Amino acid sequence: MTLTMPTPDPAVLERRADIAAALRAIVPGEAVIDAAAELRPFESDGLTAYRQPPMLVVLPETTAQVAAIVRWCHDNGVRVVPRGAGTSLSGGALPLADGVLLGLSRLNRILHVDYVDRVVVAQPGVTNLAITQAVDAEGFYYAPDPSSQIACTIGGNVAENAGGVHCLKYGVTTNNVLGVEFVTPQGDVARLGGSTLEHGGLDLLGLVVGSEGLLGIVTEVTVRILPKPESVSAMLIGFGELEDAGRCVADIIAAGIIPAGMEMMDRPAVHAAEAFVGAGYPLDAEALLIVELDGPQAECDVLVGRVSEIAKKNAAFLVRVAANAEERSAFWAGRKAAFPAAGRVSPDYYCMDGTIPRRKLPDVLARIRALSDDHGLGVINVFHAGDGNLHPLILYDANEPGQLERAEKFGEDILTLCVEVGGVLTGEHGVGVEKRDLMPTMFSEADLAQQKRIKCAFDPKLLLNPGKMIPELHRCAELGRMHVHAGKLPFPELPRF
Amino acid sequence: MNDRVQPTTTGELAALLAQATRDGATLALRGGGSKDRIGAPVPDVRTVDMRAFAGVEDYDPPELVLTAGAGTPLADIEALVAAEGQMLAFDPFDHGPLFRAATGAATIGGVIAAGVSGPRRLSGGAARDHLLGFEAVTGDGRAFKAGAKVVKNVTGFDLPKLVAGSWGRLAALTRVTLKVVPRPENSLTLRVRGLDPPAAVSLMSQAAGSPAAIAAAAHVPAGDGEAATLLRLDGFDASIAARRATLAAIVPARVPVDVLDDGTANAAWRDVRYATSLPTEAPLWRVLLPARQASAFVAALDDSAWLMDWAGGLLWVATNTDAGQMRVAAREAGGHAMLVRADAALRAKVPALHPPATAVAALEARVRHAFDPGNVFASGRF
Ligand SMILES: Cc1cc2nc3c(=O)[nH]c(=O)nc-3n(C[C@H](O)[C@H](O)[C@H](O)COP(=O)(O)OP(=O)(O)OC[C@H]3O[C@@H](n4cnc5c(N)ncnc54)[C@H](O)[C@@H]3O)c2cc1C
Repeated sequence: MTLTMPTPDPAVLERRADIAAALRAIVPGEAVIDAAAELRPFESDGLTAYRQPPMLVVLPETTAQVAAIVRWCHDNGVRVVPRGAGTSLSGGALPLADGVLLGLSRLNRILHVDYVDRVVVAQPGVTNLAITQAVDAEGFYYAPDPSSQIACTIGGNVAENAGGVHCLKYGVTTNNVLGVEFVTPQGDVARLGGSTLEHGGLDLLGLVVGSEGLLGIVTEVTVRILPKPESVSAMLIGFGELEDAGRCVADIIAAGIIPAGMEMMDRPAVHAAEAFVGAGYPLDAEALLIVELDGPQAECDVLVGRVSEIAKKNAAFLVRVAANAEERSAFWAGRKAAFPAAGRVSPDYYCMDGTIPRRKLPDVLARIRALSDDHGLGVINVFHAGDGNLHPLILYDANEPGQLERAEKFGEDILTLCVEVGGVLTGEHGVGVEKRDLMPTMFSEADLAQQKRIKCAFDPKLLLNPGKMIPELHRCAELGRMHVHAGKLPFPELPRF
Repeated sequence: MNDRVQPTTTGELAALLAQATRDGATLALRGGGSKDRIGAPVPDVRTVDMRAFAGVEDYDPPELVLTAGAGTPLADIEALVAAEGQMLAFDPFDHGPLFRAATGAATIGGVIAAGVSGPRRLSGGAARDHLLGFEAVTGDGRAFKAGAKVVKNVTGFDLPKLVAGSWGRLAALTRVTLKVVPRPENSLTLRVRGLDPPAAVSLMSQAAGSPAAIAAAAHVPAGDGEAATLLRLDGFDASIAARRATLAAIVPARVPVDVLDDGTANAAWRDVRYATSLPTEAPLWRVLLPARQASAFVAALDDSAWLMDWAGGLLWVATNTDAGQMRVAAREAGGHAMLVRADAALRAKVPALHPPATAVAALEARVRHAFDPGNVFASGRF
């Protein structure tokens, strides 16, 4: 691996036993893990190409413990890496050799449900799906639904600003979070937002969502829940040409229809999925579209009709409407199994996550195929078509010398291509370590300097999740004038009430 | 009258701000001035007029994305997207009428910087939810961009969220990229008459929590006329009919309900947006709080006029109640209070924005420093 991480501090490594002892004074002994064999399960997250056992793991159970741990580490110059369920696909939770891995999984209680204001207050270690399950009986759900929802935590979702297939209509995490309790890198506890729709001052909540664990530790989350729609209809639409599928998506939106979900798969993805789950997908489709509509039955019926017309106008050879919930799940089964299906056709796969302007889709897919030939590696494409979020899965075999490197280079080329056509490096998986060094393809030095200033404003000692998201930030003093002197705030004006 | 300067290029703007940083000077950013009378008066501060950064630069309706200069009039953008059957979902508005002035002055940059969203915010999200990317110049004169021109993006810190609602305290916005959405095919407003505040909040909350998926919900209490609770449905015709039936099942028996014709409905929502039913003599507050607290909050007010929007999550209150008392009450209810309209003397004394808790104030100060190390934007207005 060519990834450069912050150099481990030998002085910290030398103090390992003392650090473990200090942490055991904060949390019960068994909540500090220091045995090599027990550290191994934490050595990577969902981006398994990178591995690094942490110096220590600590698993607090309360906000007070989190704050005390972070404060102690801050005062003693020890790096901290937060971790939820470790499903990050960008290496956001990759440990540091001289860092404490702060696991939030034991803060796993739902604290409060309020149906008048339609909010749930949960600790960060609660899984995404558990929030929906807690309010399901009352007819509510939490909208952002990453495919990893049975495992990933709401704290991790906040840190990555996670999305899902229903985000086109209902927004990503940041549009559905109303407040957090948050421990600063210095170990102070602050509340940002709450149960109100907006907060009074600067939108620090909006900044913390998607900050990839670089600005603080989220210790409580308040999310908005939505009433479940009365009915849901799903359609399966097959095209002989990619261009037609792309135009169909644009026409659906131009007709004023924002489906609850709109997913596309290319031919190799259809074949892999069909071989894996037998969803009944048409194997002669160059592109397959799943369109899900929700709302009152009358609305779904009307929209199904309109989407069918639009699909036929765009030369769809197959338009199938799910007759019942069972058939609807079958439509989705293949799409949802795209990852394991890739795992069946190839020993390893590497999942990318760029976003492009939708109109560029046919062009970008053609170029990805050309890149696939150049790199000599297969690729299958699943795609959140509604919002332009691409997930090419690069197929490779890590046991074949050189293939991992080629897969990574291929991935880099895809992301650079996304930026070149006016898109971005990541739509929902985060920058982490994976795309850190690609940031300059999208941002100028001045743009990145502003990102660094934000990091330094929160964490001038660079102790919280360093080496992620921001390329080449070694010391905040590098940024010159903006260094923050603890306690000496530049805006002394105090609240008058 | 403030001394004014109107840069026409990013380079000029950057030079101006860098110079101000070197000189230790302060500057106040201004679009069309529709919100001039919000915040403490700062007559001696030089104003930077941002209106030269105008014009829609990129708009491709099926992509749901629009890029425009920050000084572009809001009205121009709304007309342009309306012509394509689209809209800004956060229901932005021009503050003019709140100050008994005409509309037309507000710029998109000002709307974003002030985080302006109207009644539809309940369902459509806020300004911050629709700002996808921007270009700006920091207080010390560095031009930079953040976010992007696509609807889904998590590359880097989400600075668009931070500048939305920052009231010109972080950076001078020169260009914004917004998410647009299809305009609903139709809209229908029901007026439920005669409810008291607890019943109104309960109805609005049930409606918002039902599959009726209401677009907006407001309550104007009994005054000269009967109390009115407004519930709005937006969407396709077939859908509105179905959802109206869902709502009918929620409204308590024997409570009178009218369907408003379009003209009356538009006027009613305009009155909510601009709090026109409230007297102009007393200071006007915008209180955000959990809806659960709304009826107790208004019951505790003496000698005040009020109305509720956002299903009870937003109160407009015209009152002479002591400002400190208003803020304590808002905070104790789990919310916060912004002073929107008041005479200059009161605005000089009472900050417009609700002062944050100590830990948050420290973070805010550091973030401001990260954008504006020379305190150029610390004009004293906020
Ligand atoms: C099979 C699979 C499918 C996936 N599908 C999707 C998808 O559809 N959409 C999507 O958006 N993502 C998806 N992901 C990615 C991943 O699940 C999300 O990014 C998720 O939000 C990570 O949550 P986590 O609890 O696992 O966090 P982790 O992986 O443990 O951590 C992620 C990042 O958040 C930080 N962090 C974690 N908890 C906290 C906290 N409490 N406070 C501060 N920082 C914290 C970590 O330091 C790290 O930077 C998928 C992953 C897998 C493996």
